[in-house]
Amino acid sequence: MDCLFNEQQIMVRDLARKIAQEKIKPVAAHYDETEEFAWPIMKILSDSDLFGVYIPEAYGGLGGGITEMCLVTEELSKACGGIALGFAGTGLGTFPILLYGSEEQKKKYLPDIAKGKRLAAFCITEAEAGSDAGGIKTNAKKDGDYYILNGTKQWITNAGEAEVYTVIAMTDKAKGARGASAFIVEKGTKGMEFGLKEKKMGIRASATREVIFTDCKIPKENLISKEGMGFIVAMKTFDNSRPGVAAQAVGIAQGALDVAIDYARKRIQFGQPISSFQAIQHMLADMGTQVEAARALVYATARMVDAGIKDVARDSAMSKLFAGDMAMKVTTDAVQILGGYGFMRDYPVEKFMRDAKITQIYEGTNQIQRNVIAAHLIKESLKASK
Amino acid sequence: MNIIVCIKQVPNTTDVKIDPVKNTLIREGVESIINPFDTYAIEEAVRLKERFTGKVTVVTMGPPQAENALKEAISLGCDEGILVSDRKFAGSDTWATSYTLACAIKKIGAFDIILCGKQASDGDTAQVGPGISTHLDVPQVTYVKKIEEIKDNLARVERMTEEGYDIVETPIPCLFTVVKEINTPRLPSLKGMMRAKSAKIIQWTAADINADPKNIGLDGSPTRVVKIFTPAPRKGGEILKGDTADVAKQVGTLLKDIII
Repeated sequence: MDCLFNEQQIMVRDLARKIAQEKIKPVAAHYDETEEFAWPIMKILSDSDLFGVYIPEAYGGLGGGITEMCLVTEELSKACGGIALGFAGTGLGTFPILLYGSEEQKKKYLPDIAKGKRLAAFCITEAEAGSDAGGIKTNAKKDGDYYILNGTKQWITNAGEAEVYTVIAMTDKAKGARGASAFIVEKGTKGMEFGLKEKKMGIRASATREVIFTDCKIPKENLISKEGMGFIVAMKTFDNSRPGVAAQAVGIAQGALDVAIDYARKRIQFGQPISSFQAIQHMLADMGTQVEAARALVYATARMVDAGIKDVARDSAMSKLFAGDMAMKVTTDAVQILGGYGFMRDYPVEKFMRDAKITQIYEGTNQIQRNVIAAHLIKESLKASK
Repeated sequence: MNIIVCIKQVPNTTDVKIDPVKNTLIREGVESIINPFDTYAIEEAVRLKERFTGKVTVVTMGPPQAENALKEAISLGCDEGILVSDRKFAGSDTWATSYTLACAIKKIGAFDIILCGKQASDGDTAQVGPGISTHLDVPQVTYVKKIEEIKDNLARVERMTEEGYDIVETPIPCLFTVVKEINTPRLPSLKGMMRAKSAKIIQWTAADINADPKNIGLDGSPTRVVKIFTPAPRKGGEILKGDTADVAKQVGTLLKDIII
């Protein structure tokens, strides 16, 4: 797919690949086992300027876009989908500022994020507000020059490790979705605490915690855009970040496929490598084709976003849906090809399979993606028939 | 602080072939990389710059394609690259090479520290670093594993030995050759790679660096390679048999024979 990318994008991809293969791959099993946050790897990503690939040059970034972000996420995920989230989750937390932040907010936060000095996190999900984001209970009450935040956010990626949090909270409950607003909260703000680290099935190197606000007082300058814009900020953020999740899924699937092919060439049964059996060959062929199809969709979507196309919700949802389901299937098949060894934690494919599952769940379940896609398809058809 | 790093581009394999006639290495068709030992010198130079501020100039003698090695060094944080390249340098041994690099360094001007890898992975001589210091008449410390302190025109370093390490204090300017224990080289940064892409590499010929034609290239090289061969594998040792006292006696006799 080299012909689809420019020179800078290939440079970004190759550097991310080098870091992933040389620095992340050897420690992926360790961080999966211990569930520690991979700060030494974050340092390497930061020193290599990778955190800034999608941030404009004016704010200390490289000036690339979603394509660069996806390339980095995919490469890192080939080695570890959990460690990749330190990078991708920061992207998710940064988009509200990047897309809707004021000049002052951009100047204040983006340079540090671009340098990798501070990680970011996005806080929307709550115990009773998952797919139904309208059910958010966390509220922000205006009090003079401040807002007072109360409520609990759940399953927040990078929580506890990140320094910059973008938070969706209700400023006017009566207005429903139109009563939500987006805020920036810095770690260390009084009244902001973190819950216990969650024990997860996959992406265990990624930190997931509750973020608890108790009379947390933040300056009114930390409001992103205007009151009532919270839901739009969140939806546009997801439109931009979903190709990143899709890229993570592609990376995880590719990582598993690489192991499966290598294993199939070396595993001898009935006196020959199992790669000589058509049963295995056809599985590998399907897996390879599915990965490439998902990759093509992901980067087509990323290019749409970078080209400034206004409504990418449909394509963004399609890439996340297709890549997530694909990753689950391909990693499951990779475990199957490795057989009993695939089931053992001594081999990396069971981890890929565990890591793949989340890509069907977070940033909108794949069922929600289908709702989004169907709504768009029907709306487009209605428009055309008028 | 002005830091100079001398690097060499080498073939990326330990399995290079030797020209049976000329008794020199065949470099064609083999991917070229920065001599792995030199990557530690580059990293240490960049760390010194980060510690004390200053400028890192990286210099190499080699054919035109050695420019790639200099660009890679720039992507790793070096500021400027100088390629000393001239057909007249062909066939240089370690004496002529260190003379040539010393001439280039004189042209660069004032420096505080020169860093070299302890040896090159192709020739394995470990002579060029010490050679440069001799030609420039500055102190040298070889096999440096840590630069402890640089203060008041003195540098205190740890020098690796077979038994442990020495702590050596030397006036600067001086030259260090470094071992791999000194650091873990970083990966390039994107900004470094972009800087490297647009960086202009300075090219100097023999005339540019005022090198005496008698001292460069094959003519300036006192080394004559008579023959290159793979040494015969070492024969197996001898296992002494008997009870402890008997074996001790045998060892005693053997040692006496060796020493006297």
